Amino acid sequence: MKKMLVMGVSLFIIAAFFGVMALNLTFGSPTMTDMDDYFLRHGQEQTGSNNECTAVVFDFRGFDTLGESTVLFCGIIGVALMFRKMQGGEEYEDE
Amino acid sequence: MRMSRIVRTAADILYPAILIFGLYIVAHGHLTPGGGFQGGAVIATGGALVIVAYNYKEVTGWLKKNVLTGQEVTGLVGFIGVGLLALAFGQGFFFNYLVGSGSIFGIPVPYGINAGELNTAGTVPLMNFAVGIEVWGGLTVVILYMLSGLEKEGC
Amino acid sequence: MLWNLPFITVVILTLIGLVTVLLKKNIIKILLGINILNSAANLFLITLGYREGGVAPIYTLAPSDLMVLPTPQALVLTSIVIGVATSALVLSFAIVIQKKYGTVDIDKIRRLQG
Repeated sequence: MKKMLVMGVSLFIIAAFFGVMALNLTFGSPTMTDMDDYFLRHGQEQTGSNNECTAVVFDFRGFDTLGESTVLFCGIIGVALMFRKMQGGEEYEDE
Repeated sequence: MRMSRIVRTAADILYPAILIFGLYIVAHGHLTPGGGFQGGAVIATGGALVIVAYNYKEVTGWLKKNVLTGQEVTGLVGFIGVGLLALAFGQGFFFNYLVGSGSIFGIPVPYGINAGELNTAGTVPLMNFAVGIEVWGGLTVVILYMLSGLEKEGC
Repeated sequence: MLWNLPFITVVILTLIGLVTVLLKKNIIKILLGINILNSAANLFLITLGYREGGVAPIYTLAPSDLMVLPTPQALVLTSIVIGVATSALVLSFAIVIQKKYGTVDIDKIRRLQG
């Protein structure tokens, strides 16, 4: 009961904090747009891509995509390791 | 568990269409909304449709795990290889060395709003293809591996 | 008030996700909570990059020259793919735990509790 009370109070504090922040932000007019304006203006001549989003993903921030592909690869290798064929009736170790 | 003949026939007919649509999204990633990840996910959806319509044992006959894992590895290695090839041209890693060169994917683009030309954008379509192949193999092989984990319970 | 509706939606989604992660015992429900939190973060980033009256940042037959910011969209693309990978991993853990313990309740799978 006490645990629920603590949790409720902390959730209420988080909600108030986020709510005040949400009400103070302005929707539809981003303030710092220098980098994105540069991408929009020069993306076509520097990458040749009409789709500026793809230009950002694969060219301006290519290292980001490299890390993303690696994370996807590692996740799938983890799944494959978990369900691999057990050799000769080998089982997960019981402690 | 195997679904009825109607579902299986529909899956057979729909799978090539989904494949071609996904490859279209991958190939036009630099012109229209889409790209490697989205197109690969669409193709993996087609694989999931076939897996649901047939059962696991029938599907593994032609949707092989080794081939799909190989596709995944090929995609990642190709992606890094396209980036590394820029070093051979004397540029930095991931430099777009093909844009404006006049060769494949290299004709100059008109600036501003235009109708779009497939043969542009340098290394971006190559990377799109590499990532598309990776996601195609990866997401399909995840579903297959999860089903192989459930195999003993008769799914 | 109403012009801030996307931000308020972000707050509501964040709270739903937090409550789900904190209070639920089922691993799959916890995963759903994590995914809701992920969606809230994605929506927040996309909302921060919106420009009044802008169109998608694609020059192919675009209706106007005023475009929304492309960088948050690229980051959200990254985030979505990583979310898919982690979801697959957690679901695989759930399958293995179900096979080994016969339950996915996180209170019942502790071997070492006193």
